[in-house]
Amino acid sequence: MAVAAATTAPMFDCRKAWAETLEQLAASDERIVVVVNDSVGSSNLGGFQTRFPDRTINVGIAEQNMVGVAAGLANGGRIPFVSAASCFLTARAMEQIKADVAYAGFNVKLVGQSSGIAYGELGATHHSIEDFAWLRTLGPITVIAPCDAWETAEAVKWAAVHEGPVYLRLSRMKVPTLDLPGRTFTPGKAEVHRSGTDVTIIANGTTVHLAIEAAETLAAEGVSARVLNMHTISPLDTDAVTAAAKETGAIVTVEEALDRGGLGGAVAECTSATHPVPLQRVGFPGFMPTGSIASLFEEFGLSREGIASAARIAIRRKGA
Amino acid sequence: MTHALKTDNSDALIRDKALWMRQQAMKMVYAKQLGHLGGDFSAIDVLATLYFGVLRYDTARPEWAERDRFVMSKGHATGALYTALCAAGYFPEDWLDTYMGHHSKLNGHPNRQYLPGVETNTGPLGHGFPVALGIAISGQITGADYRTYVLTGDGEQQEGSNWEAAMTAGSRKVKNLTLIIDRNRLQQGARTEDTNGLDPLDDKYRAFGWHVVEIDGHDYAQLLDTLGAPVADREKPLCVIANTVKGKGVSFMEDQAKWHHGVPNAEQFAQAMKELV
Ligand SMILES: Cc1ncc(C[n+]2csc(CCOP(=O)(O)OP(=O)(O)O)c2C)c(N)n1
Ligand SMILES: [Mg+2]
Repeated sequence: MAVAAATTAPMFDCRKAWAETLEQLAASDERIVVVVNDSVGSSNLGGFQTRFPDRTINVGIAEQNMVGVAAGLANGGRIPFVSAASCFLTARAMEQIKADVAYAGFNVKLVGQSSGIAYGELGATHHSIEDFAWLRTLGPITVIAPCDAWETAEAVKWAAVHEGPVYLRLSRMKVPTLDLPGRTFTPGKAEVHRSGTDVTIIANGTTVHLAIEAAETLAAEGVSARVLNMHTISPLDTDAVTAAAKETGAIVTVEEALDRGGLGGAVAECTSATHPVPLQRVGFPGFMPTGSIASLFEEFGLSREGIASAARIAIRRKGA
Repeated sequence: MTHALKTDNSDALIRDKALWMRQQAMKMVYAKQLGHLGGDFSAIDVLATLYFGVLRYDTARPEWAERDRFVMSKGHATGALYTALCAAGYFPEDWLDTYMGHHSKLNGHPNRQYLPGVETNTGPLGHGFPVALGIAISGQITGADYRTYVLTGDGEQQEGSNWEAAMTAGSRKVKNLTLIIDRNRLQQGARTEDTNGLDPLDDKYRAFGWHVVEIDGHDYAQLLDTLGAPVADREKPLCVIANTVKGKGVSFMEDQAKWHHGVPNAEQFAQAMKELV
């Protein structure tokens, strides 16, 4: 489901990029296995299962078991990609993620599908908006939220060769592919989508293209907004955040997640230590009411106008 | 409205209510193009039996301390739960039209803070059973005579939390608790036995200290007898394995994995409504 009616660029569901990339990688690296919880279909892994039935471990509806089994598979030399709806993967198996993956230090790739509020009307149990706050506290885990199909594929390729636990927070929401000349994906390094001097909008995942739209609205008002794609929320690119604080004097964070403890929280921790500036956090305040993705994005300001308005407030607060 | 014991007329009443529930669930899911009809239709006969032949409740007093409790652990089957609560009189029929709408009380998964008659929030599988166990233990401690019923899916039984609850209930002899397993043999993506096999489910529960009865989950007489059996006649918790058909009542939906969360198009909707008479 598209989130921005205003966008006319073609929109892509990143699940295809995830599944095709993983299949290609698995064809040349037989250590790659997937571990799922009755989630073959919802993870787009039907093709993987047909090609590599022996490397598809479906433990059934049992997420704690799923993550523990993945840690064991890593012990055995496999490279497990655990793929499940991120709400159940992170909330249900949190202790397995903490103890068996992060603390024990196993090379497990956790792939959260349909994260954020992709499940819309299915409600708060099925939303995964607390995951940034939970996962980024576990130091050994690299936490990445790709913003489009290209970045999804790059992140999957990187995770496969990286030695260490990774959380890939994927979405099934349709987003445009963002174009940058000579684009490369470097985990831990923010991607600059637009330069600017009055305010910096830091976004990730499904909200990056909305941040770019907001910057266009602001430009029409004579406001120069920098836009950073902070695809890696842990470890955070503190250099880029501090530079943004020093050079633009105001920051807006945007995330399809709780407005506490996630990207906005991480940026606040950083700037409060390096260069405090006004910071407006756009995100969700708590458990969401019933509603479609589009209506909830609109209601909670994850939109061109909502983000632009947060930027105006941040700029007004400068020197206050 | 208060319902209590079964009457000579229960069978016919339940049949009528179950038909109405299937029709309404079909309309709601068709209108919203979202929902879980397969699991709604396998469970509807169980819910209709509970609300119109077994449970003691008063819709005017949803918090009545003496009410029998029903916990819908397979929370995705809101087409079954919401139509049952509506049929029972907990809320007016026009609320069904708001199913999954903006700020609707009829969320995609049940929320006790939105709707009367919902005992606890469910949606993530494997939560309802431990909560129901707590409700039953509370009754055991205080000597209250209410009964607690919980319905889980069969795929749902793969969650370890169920087995932790099963062990506690068996060990504590929580005999006022009845677990009903909707044994439709399908989960989201495939058959249960092709995913993470459950059989022999009856032996497993027996080994955990439960009475186990296996019945046809679409047969009202068997459902009434089993679910209405007096608690005083047993020493252990009761596990009812209700053999059901996912999508029961609509020919093209029956026993098909794709109707777990498949939604009907206009033609399928018309065909389904023709069959639901
Ligand atoms: C913890 C958790 N994991 C995964 C899911 C996704 N999910 C929703 S329904 C379902 C299948 C349930 O199968 P079953 O329990 O047999 O229910 P039924 O056949 O009665 O619909 C799954 C995997 C979930 N809701 N909760
Ligand atoms: Mg089932």
